[in-house]
Amino acid sequence: MKVTQGQFSFLPELTDKEIAKQIEYALSNGWAVAVEYASDPHPRNVYWTMWGHPMFDLKDPAGAMLEVTACRREHGDKYIRVLAFDSKKGWESIRMSFIVNRPAYEPGFELVRAEGPGRTVRYTLRSHSTSAYPPAP
Amino acid sequence: MPQRRTARGRLALNKISDSKITDMKERYKSGVLKYKQMGYWEQDYEPKPTDILAVFRITPQDGVDPEEAAAAVAGESSTATWTVVWTDRLTDSEYYRAKAYRVEPVPGSPGQYFAFIAYDLDLFEEGSIANLTASIIGNVFGFKPLKALRLEDMRIPPHYLKTFQGPATGIVAERERMNVYGRPLLGATMKPKLGLSGRNYGRVVYEALKGGLDFTKDDENINSQPFMHWRDRFLYCMEGVSKAMAETGEIKGTYLNVTAGTMEDMYERAEFARDLGSVIIMIDLVIGYTAIQSMAKWARKNDMILHLHRAGHSTYTRQKNHGVSFRVIAKWMRMAGVDHIHAGTVVGKLEGDPNVIKGIYDICRENNVPKNLQHGIFFDQDWASLKKLMPVASGGIHAGQMHQLLTYLGDDVVLQFGGGTIGHPMGIQSGAIANRVALECMVKARNEGRDIWNEGPQILAEAARWCQPLRGALDTWKDVTFDYASTDSVDYVPTPTAS
Repeated sequence: MKVTQGQFSFLPELTDKEIAKQIEYALSNGWAVAVEYASDPHPRNVYWTMWGHPMFDLKDPAGAMLEVTACRREHGDKYIRVLAFDSKKGWESIRMSFIVNRPAYEPGFELVRAEGPGRTVRYTLRSHSTSAYPPAP
Repeated sequence: MPQRRTARGRLALNKISDSKITDMKERYKSGVLKYKQMGYWEQDYEPKPTDILAVFRITPQDGVDPEEAAAAVAGESSTATWTVVWTDRLTDSEYYRAKAYRVEPVPGSPGQYFAFIAYDLDLFEEGSIANLTASIIGNVFGFKPLKALRLEDMRIPPHYLKTFQGPATGIVAERERMNVYGRPLLGATMKPKLGLSGRNYGRVVYEALKGGLDFTKDDENINSQPFMHWRDRFLYCMEGVSKAMAETGEIKGTYLNVTAGTMEDMYERAEFARDLGSVIIMIDLVIGYTAIQSMAKWARKNDMILHLHRAGHSTYTRQKNHGVSFRVIAKWMRMAGVDHIHAGTVVGKLEGDPNVIKGIYDICRENNVPKNLQHGIFFDQDWASLKKLMPVASGGIHAGQMHQLLTYLGDDVVLQFGGGTIGHPMGIQSGAIANRVALECMVKARNEGRDIWNEGPQILAEAARWCQPLRGALDTWKDVTFDYASTDSVDYVPTPTAS
């Protein structure tokens, strides 16, 4: 399966040139760009590992692209995303998020149903990527 | 007797000299006075920062002086009754009287006037839309000396705003919970809106979410009918939501409409939705202001996003001469504490002048909304950090309009394509894919600096070359527009700016 989180997962994978343009847009808005990676893309796995701090004083998208490339070199088998943080009052949160690298094989999730009384079901998403026995590609 | 009263009333409104009577003995003599004489008109009153301000569009009956009519509106929406009462002297009635302080003709609408009225903060109970509205849109709307009356806008001071909870979740926290940033959210209302069984209904939810939407939605009139009771709907919908989450790795939600006949029923349904893991529930405007505030408190307490469907609003928001403008309803709803509100599409099938819609979107999303007559905003409005309310654009929109929707409405909006998803010739999932691809390619192009307003159709056509579902959507709906004149537009005279 293809994890479709982020702004551009329904488009063909972005080229580095296209990624740089998005970073440029973030910087032009005064947002700080960050790179994060994870092997578990569970939608509620909020805290991916930070590839360094958000680049607060960065002016040139090329600087962020260096970090994307370096992160890819080390974690090419994982999900990598680019985030943009907005510190403006009333936002103080993420303004952009898009995936710039994904593993060659995405094992996906199992939907676990715990059946209860009155036909109720408690649903749990279990990441195959964290399972000891992930399904074969 | 009633006849005589009417005659004297008319006399009072038309003939007597109308300045404020300051001699107390004269002022409180039994009988009928003009509202101006009673003290409800105060030319050039300087509103206090704590005052609640309202601007009404008034259409006085023939022969009724507009200042007197404005004073009457101030009187009837605050302390006055039709005749002098001595009991006024037991209180500081000067202080409690609302004050009409300005009247100006409505540009291009003979016989209509904008009347500005200031209300002291002490006239209202804290944290109660019901109390606020019982005065401002209470008896006064049936007042005979006016042919028509419309509440155009209000200024709510921070002192009063801060007595309200505001949106249970707000745009920022909603995005953090949904894990969706940098693009509008996508939704769809389930169709047909009535008649599906729970199992079939959940199928539509699943297909649309799996295809690529963030949200699906019950329609306003889906509650608990013979063809599908609410528990059945909630159970099947959450199966669809959870399955779509597992197959996409995204957070998904479906607005489970908990609208019911009593608060007890609504709480029961909301709790069931929460226990099944839903991130969002929904209510209809017709449940009333107090019920909305109660559900907003419940939603804050239970980490639930609260969607409001504005069912019923067009009965009083659409005609320019009478009723309540939707920008005022939007203000009240941001105070009342909902997280989503249907606020117009500009390009879709429902009423929506671009300037009016811009004003309403600003009211929902900005922390400071400056006076802007072109957008129907009569006062500076500081929201005092009340959370932001997510506008929802729904009704007759489709993928081919994506460049227009993004330009008009921006990023912080839920774009809801009901027919535009479910009516896709290749199926519901294809409809959802078409919308998501159209959205993502347009956001990407805009961020890259392309002129999407002009290049939009070309950007969509480029994506449709590799995306069959988008091709199908564009072919099916390419010529669909709803090009009718708006009934609710803004009346103002553009002031030439120096430069």
